[in-house]
Amino acid sequence: MSRRPYIRPVDRATWWLRQPRYIRYMMREVSAVLIGAYVLLLIVGLLRLSQGEAEYERFLDGAWGNLGVAFSIVAMLFALYHTYSWFQVTPKAMPLSLAGKRVSGLAIVAAHWVGFAVVSAALLALMRV
Amino acid sequence: MAGSHKPIVWGLFAGGGTVAAFVLPALILLTSLAVPLGLLPAESLAYERVLAALQHPLARLIVFGVVFLMIWHAAHRTRITAHDFGVRQDALVMWLCYGIAAVGSVVAAVALLRLGSTM
Repeated sequence: MSRRPYIRPVDRATWWLRQPRYIRYMMREVSAVLIGAYVLLLIVGLLRLSQGEAEYERFLDGAWGNLGVAFSIVAMLFALYHTYSWFQVTPKAMPLSLAGKRVSGLAIVAAHWVGFAVVSAALLALMRV
Repeated sequence: MAGSHKPIVWGLFAGGGTVAAFVLPALILLTSLAVPLGLLPAESLAYERVLAALQHPLARLIVFGVVFLMIWHAAHRTRITAHDFGVRQDALVMWLCYGIAAVGSVVAAVALLRLGSTM
């Protein structure tokens, strides 16, 4: 009665190394870990800012030191990959019709990148002395 | 109400993912890399300047909203990703991820509230 189907042994921790497609999936998922770590750094920065100038300066010394810069570069690369992968699925997540016609996926993704450029430019304008 | 917290978690996840997609690369570049790499002068993030920028309650609310949404997005996806790496203690992972996000949210809120009364 009960058949015992053959189950191919798959390593739970390393299965995703076998195909580029799986590696890309994992990179997308792992971006959350880097994003989370960076946001925690940002929160510590806000805390130090609220504690006074000396604490804030000491925080910046650390965050802008070699280790902080190295971490931030990795975090930024993963954040960019998150942006890319997030925009890439928007046509599937929210298909759009204008005047009864389906808007092409490419146009939806492109519109998001335009929005990204506008937001980035606005942040830069905010920072400029 | 039939108890499921899934819609809330999903709303935070999607909202935070969208916010992070639009603002995070520029935010990291501008606040953490631009000055040490010499792209912007250090005055850009001088103490008084950042403090002044955060004086308006709306500015502090926006900063809180961005931080809050991103940390919950990260917490939820990290929890799911732990499973993909073969970790099967989901209850523990869930408490860890959401716990850190909750503490982070509270610390951000307290810091921003205190900033409102420093000047």
